[in-house]
Amino acid sequence: MADHTNNAQSYWRANLRLIIGSLVIWALVSYGFGILLRPYLAGIPVGGTDLGFWFAQQGSILTFIALIFFYAWRMNKLDKEFGVDEE
Amino acid sequence: MSQFAINLIFVGGSFALYIAIAIWARAGSTKEFYVAGGGVNPVMNGMATAADWMSAASFISMAGLIAAGGYANSTFLMGWTGGYVLLAMLLAPYLRKFGKFTVPDFIGDRFYSTGARLVAVACLIIASVTYVIGQMTGAGVAFSRFLEVSSDWGLIIAAIIVFLYAVMGGMKGITYTQVAQYVVLIIAYTIPAVFISLQLTGNFLPPLGLFSEHTESGMPLLAKLDEVVRELGFRDYTADVDNKLNMVLFTLSLMIGTAGLPHVIIRFFTVPKVADARWSAGWALVFIALLYLTAPAVASMARLNLMTTIYPAGPTADAIEYAERPDWMKTWETTGLIQFNDKNGDGRIQVYNDTPAFAATATERGWNGNELTVNNDILVLANPEIANLPGWVIGLIAAGGLAAALSTAAGLLLAISSAISHDLIKGSIKPDISEKGELMAARISMGVAIVVATWLGMNPPGFAAQTVALAFGIAAASIFPALMMGIFSKRVNNVGAIAGMLAGLISTCVYIFLYLGWFFIPGTATFENIPQNWLFGGTGYGISPLSFGAVGAMINFAVAFTVSALTAPPPVRIQELVESVRFPRGAGQAVDH
Repeated sequence: MADHTNNAQSYWRANLRLIIGSLVIWALVSYGFGILLRPYLAGIPVGGTDLGFWFAQQGSILTFIALIFFYAWRMNKLDKEFGVDEE
Repeated sequence: MSQFAINLIFVGGSFALYIAIAIWARAGSTKEFYVAGGGVNPVMNGMATAADWMSAASFISMAGLIAAGGYANSTFLMGWTGGYVLLAMLLAPYLRKFGKFTVPDFIGDRFYSTGARLVAVACLIIASVTYVIGQMTGAGVAFSRFLEVSSDWGLIIAAIIVFLYAVMGGMKGITYTQVAQYVVLIIAYTIPAVFISLQLTGNFLPPLGLFSEHTESGMPLLAKLDEVVRELGFRDYTADVDNKLNMVLFTLSLMIGTAGLPHVIIRFFTVPKVADARWSAGWALVFIALLYLTAPAVASMARLNLMTTIYPAGPTADAIEYAERPDWMKTWETTGLIQFNDKNGDGRIQVYNDTPAFAATATERGWNGNELTVNNDILVLANPEIANLPGWVIGLIAAGGLAAALSTAAGLLLAISSAISHDLIKGSIKPDISEKGELMAARISMGVAIVVATWLGMNPPGFAAQTVALAFGIAAASIFPALMMGIFSKRVNNVGAIAGMLAGLISTCVYIFLYLGWFFIPGTATFENIPQNWLFGGTGYGISPLSFGAVGAMINFAVAFTVSALTAPPPVRIQELVESVRFPRGAGQAVDH
């Protein structure tokens, strides 16, 4: 039982680490590159405007998609590794 | 064949398809009615979620908003997609594991309190009803423009169609019609965009066209657009925003509001496994992104197209003569959504930004005020006509706009009816109701909800547009934090959760009412809704009433944790419940009580 609890706790901690890492990127591309850091990216031209504009109108959405698929793939693998997946 | 006949064929054909699906996918049990039997393929559910989520606002209004605001309105693009990251990681898999039918179900069980369940039901109903009004009026407008019936009759036809498939099929019927509606709406949105992108940039992919060269001038498209609007006294299309605090908070409110909208959350109860709920959120965003990556391209290209139509020889030369205006302007003038007023009496259409800063230039050019007002909403609807596309594309746009409005309306109506029949009737008033009785109650409450929504659509409160802020504010400030704390904290207890939800709900509503009028009654606003009056307005970093949902959510979290820390921790069985939703094993199918 002690083993099972430890296992469960490390599974949950691994999930939290993954979520925190993903949300850091989530915030960086939208609130960071797309909004707050845009003036600092103004020197990088993208199709008639700058990188910040690209992140605000395209880059953040593409990153969000990649993040969700990465999270789903990692978690579904973790489920199996920790033996908590659905049979 | 007349345009009317073509529109009729496209709209009639799509409706016949929805009804055929409804007959095929009838619901026989409460489980089929609430969660489509729990056996929906994750990709299919992603597509249905995309149609469920993308409303008349996404299909019709969003490109117009971005065209008008440029970079500043990127908030809608990030805000309405970023919420899916939160859904996929913070809510959907765990709520799927919990395995019941509604959002208040989880809040009621996790916070072991009928009070919490009722607060959640109230938030759900207010958020969903305000949202559904917009869908019904959107459907009415589309009908009256394309099928030449009065907007009231358009609404009634739309209501009958939704009634047929939603009441008969419940979530099962709604799921499969939403899949069909997604296909209709994405084709309708993409085809005109591809042609416009080809015409302006030679690139057939609109998202790439946005950052390509404008063929005619040889400049990058966005640089050309910046130049044209600057000449007319407007802010640069790509100009940065000064009040970044408000931009961040508005985007955050849209994100957590999206993640907290019950009609979106319940779509994830329909997939077979926890793993599928995670995949499904990804697929939903892929299908949403197909439209959301096209929208900013449509926005900039349509704005440039409009400006070059009006100033064929460039913004510093003569504007077009009113008598020579293109046919699409004439068509849309009859709807009142385009209005021309020849203020300087020269027979030409002058469009510019009528501000003190530009007054000297305007006088110099002999202009006497901006002469053309164009409603943002017509941009997408008029797109095929602006680009001279054949009549069948216009028919497709009509069917697409209606698909967007009806699919969202059906999802909202299901969320409302399940909250009434499952949470209010079975959960509180009459727990011993039979399965058959509950199914009948669900159908009746759905019918009543449709009648109420239709009536509100016909008699829209003057504040219809502002109420959308309320829907997002409530979802962000009350529902999202309660769900998240229910999953990620074992310490938040019943008193804490109720206090938190009420604090988030009340603070957000009060802040919105202060500026937009108490209960939206015109003339009752305490402060005029201008940036200087907003909270921190004096610093130039004011928080707009539309952005307050994120602040309300923070208040919710703070109050819930403080009150919980001062009161007894939840009982052991609740801590075990939290433990169980965190691990996928043993999810099985969505179960009844």
